[in-house]
Amino acid sequence: MQENNQSHIRNFCIVAHIDHGKSTLADRMIEMTGVLTKREMQDQVLDNMDIERERGITIKSQATRLVYHAKNGEEYIFNLIDTPGHVDFNYEVSRSLAACDGAILVVDATQGIQAQTLANVYLALEHDLEVFPVINKIDLASARPEEVRQEIEDVIGLGCSDVPLISAKNGINIDQVLEQVITKIPAPVGDPGNPLQALIFDSLYDQYKGVVVFVRIRDGVLKPGMKVHMMATGAEEDVVEVGYFGPGRFIPCDELPAGMVGYFTASIKNIRDSRVGDTVTEAERPCAKALPGYKKAQPMVYCGMYPADTQKYPDLKDALEKLQLNDAALTFEPETSLALGFGFRCGFLGLLHMEVVLERLDREYDLDIISTAPGVVYHVFKTDGTELSLTNPSNLPDPSQIEHMEEPVVNAEVMVTTDFIGPIMQLCQERRGKYLSTEYIEKTRAILKYELPLNEIIYDFFDALKSRSKGYASFDYELKDYEPSELVKMDILVNREPVDALSFIVHADGAYERGRKMCEKLKDEIPRQMFEVPVQAAVGGRIIARETVKAMRKDVLAKCYGGDISRKKKLLEKQKEGKKRMQTVGNVEIPKEAFMNVLKLDDTN
Amino acid sequence: MGERELSQGAAAAYERKDHTGALSLYIHFPFCVRKCAYCDFLSAPADEETREAYVDALAREIKTAGERIAAQQPGHVQYVDTIYFGGGTPSLMTSAQTDHLLTAVAMSFLVADDAEISAECNPGTADQEKLAAWRSMGINRLSIGAQSFHDDDLKRLGRIHTAAQIGQTFRAARQAGFTNISMDLISSLPGQTTGRAKEDLCSAMALMPEHLSVYSLIIEEDTPFRDMYGSRETAPDPAYLPLPDEDTEREIYHRTWQLLEEGGYRQYEISSAARPGYECFHNIGYWKGHEYLGFGLGAASLYGGARWSNTPDLQEYTEAMSAVPQRDIRRELSVLTEKDRLEEFMFLGLRMTDGISEEVFAKTFGKTADEVYGDVIRKQTEQGMLERSGGRLFFTERGVDISNTLMAEYMF
Repeated sequence: MQENNQSHIRNFCIVAHIDHGKSTLADRMIEMTGVLTKREMQDQVLDNMDIERERGITIKSQATRLVYHAKNGEEYIFNLIDTPGHVDFNYEVSRSLAACDGAILVVDATQGIQAQTLANVYLALEHDLEVFPVINKIDLASARPEEVRQEIEDVIGLGCSDVPLISAKNGINIDQVLEQVITKIPAPVGDPGNPLQALIFDSLYDQYKGVVVFVRIRDGVLKPGMKVHMMATGAEEDVVEVGYFGPGRFIPCDELPAGMVGYFTASIKNIRDSRVGDTVTEAERPCAKALPGYKKAQPMVYCGMYPADTQKYPDLKDALEKLQLNDAALTFEPETSLALGFGFRCGFLGLLHMEVVLERLDREYDLDIISTAPGVVYHVFKTDGTELSLTNPSNLPDPSQIEHMEEPVVNAEVMVTTDFIGPIMQLCQERRGKYLSTEYIEKTRAILKYELPLNEIIYDFFDALKSRSKGYASFDYELKDYEPSELVKMDILVNREPVDALSFIVHADGAYERGRKMCEKLKDEIPRQMFEVPVQAAVGGRIIARETVKAMRKDVLAKCYGGDISRKKKLLEKQKEGKKRMQTVGNVEIPKEAFMNVLKLDDTN
Repeated sequence: MGERELSQGAAAAYERKDHTGALSLYIHFPFCVRKCAYCDFLSAPADEETREAYVDALAREIKTAGERIAAQQPGHVQYVDTIYFGGGTPSLMTSAQTDHLLTAVAMSFLVADDAEISAECNPGTADQEKLAAWRSMGINRLSIGAQSFHDDDLKRLGRIHTAAQIGQTFRAARQAGFTNISMDLISSLPGQTTGRAKEDLCSAMALMPEHLSVYSLIIEEDTPFRDMYGSRETAPDPAYLPLPDEDTEREIYHRTWQLLEEGGYRQYEISSAARPGYECFHNIGYWKGHEYLGFGLGAASLYGGARWSNTPDLQEYTEAMSAVPQRDIRRELSVLTEKDRLEEFMFLGLRMTDGISEEVFAKTFGKTADEVYGDVIRKQTEQGMLERSGGRLFFTERGVDISNTLMAEYMF
């Protein structure tokens, strides 16, 4: 019964700045440990696994259970919980962290502490996790482990006397990391006799099992046959199966006791019933209160999504519903566009999240999507005293009815080598940043603190940062507040007709520049039509920029005799196919990619 | 009624003639002296022995085709109203070879008394004697590949002849008794100005041919010109003369037809003009869906509701023709569906200046053009690209400029 003994369980995650070696370390740890405990091997759980294998079920690697034979001769169960690595997913990260008791902090021996290193450590400490550092990539020529060790002690305040100096890539000193998991991360506490109290930290939809809910058991025991109650959504379900995570697959078991991490299925029909952050308890014997920290994910960025083929609207709805199961932060509601027809206004945590969703709709659901300009949520205060949360620029009331508007502002930290402080400060200035402070971490590196309007960083801020710092800057932010701002709606007119899908909200000072760039971009995106097409940007009915797509001059085949006909036919068929990739707006054909491409403004200054 | 009829062009005239049961023949001679820089046809130099073997194979193919048709419909001899010798350079054929082929045709088909029998002829490859022999064998229309009247342009195109030789060949043809001569020109050549294009055209018109085809240069794949000028995406090598820009190209194009009209020619297709009554009936057949059999290497056919083309492999072709029984050399055989036929009716018919007849459309398909293409027709007429008049639908001048874009809209 050793595996049910809480003192031999460790629930933890690995946190790191991007590319510091988080996944490589996880891979090494999986390689150096086992999948099953001795007792499980005797129970021939392998049979079950074969069935799983035959059904081709694989799970995404949000959590993996490892069996570690420690140097003290004891067998430990490690539950390694993955955390998304991007600032967009801070809420998901926080729920994953809440399922852990400790964290391994990986720091690159060549780069030292970066913006996300700090952000992740602070987040882990907020969740009362025990954090121990490891220094990775020590075998690289440019490694400076001593300096980095000093940095960790000075900047983060973590003791580094016995920090493992490792190379995850080449498997150096991984055993030290495994041993420190036992000594530095506390075992879970919790009473199996209490009523069930479990945290949902992830979920996914499996076509055989239905909704699979990932949980960390705080108190009590979760077993098949039990009727459970989701405390935030109010849903009640009968548990069908419980189990834990083998590398790449589900392994069913009899029960999940307090302290364990695992999954359950309950033939959950409504995919919205299992929300990341919700608390699961027994319907008959509920726990006293829900675990803290549940919040309905707040989308920060909105855009319209339309099926390129208007017939696919129901398919898009179905796909979004399925995606929402794995992705509590995704919101959507139906909307219509004059230019694009029926679609959805979707809310995302950030631009990366939006790109991930678009990518999945394309890859997993084979849906061709046209998305409109992403925007943030603006607060519009009207002259009649009412207030409006604006997610779609088209819904902006007439300027005469607007008293003032507010936009979200973030606290941003850019960590940068001193060589690039100038260019990065200039970038932040251009993006309407309000300078707060500069803090030097060491002689050559500093943290620049700025207040930046969110809408200035959702488009291409990361790219601009990268190019202007030659990759030596890292960035993190958190929402600060809403602040009043001088905002206007920019309309884009194609052939003198406003294209609602291209409207966006912009600060008055930057309107001319943005309008000009949009027109230039769009002009290049629209192929020549039979007639001349003006492309204009307008604010409040006033044209502020214009470009012209010249009329097509010539598209003609000089020769077409007996032997040319079949070839000519193929040519025309191809031309016709090309038209299907176009969206007709008014009487102008615009390539579907154009709606997305025009947003990628070049950062050339 | 009379005036409208007269104002209508070649397509209408062709439709008035009864082609029921008639067939066109195309005979391909794939050999030339040297490959031209712009040429993407199935054509290459070859020795006399190869040419002779090829002509033998051609004659066999023609005979077998006649026999097969006769076998399908006993007692019936297929009536033929146009024959066209294309290439390559058919004027490289000896008189004996031409005779061999025409004899094979005469033995296998019923050639109409007034059949149009054309042959392509390159300047410098046929003397008066050969042309007179052709005339006596029944060839009554000559198409001379002039391409340009500027020696430097001819050189750049990779032509084997000079401007002076064009006139010589033309006069020899007249002497030999040809009263229906066409001439091919290529416009928008590298470095060409509107002035030089006009000089070419006027030189051709001065010879007073009955028919002129003027093709805007197309840089085709797998030609030396493509290597020189790169793809559309890559910039041309500055060492070569630049191609005229689009505006110049269109100016040359429009001025060409204007000059020809002034000189008494009538444009009847995107690249063709003729004195009234001298339009090429064989070519009109292609644009009107008339059935044709193509003989020879790579030759295309439309027959019995199917399209196919022969193998482009010379050895395979000659061997298959002498095998007993003859082996099938048809490739890319496709039986046309109604959709195919509708598409072809439109995109081929609309190449002609007087376009398609709504009456013929209705007769052919049992439904009106509006029932099938109402939306497209309405849109294109509103855009000023298509005109509807006198029961016909045809492209406007502007419509011709972007005809591919417009034709694509008739595809399903």
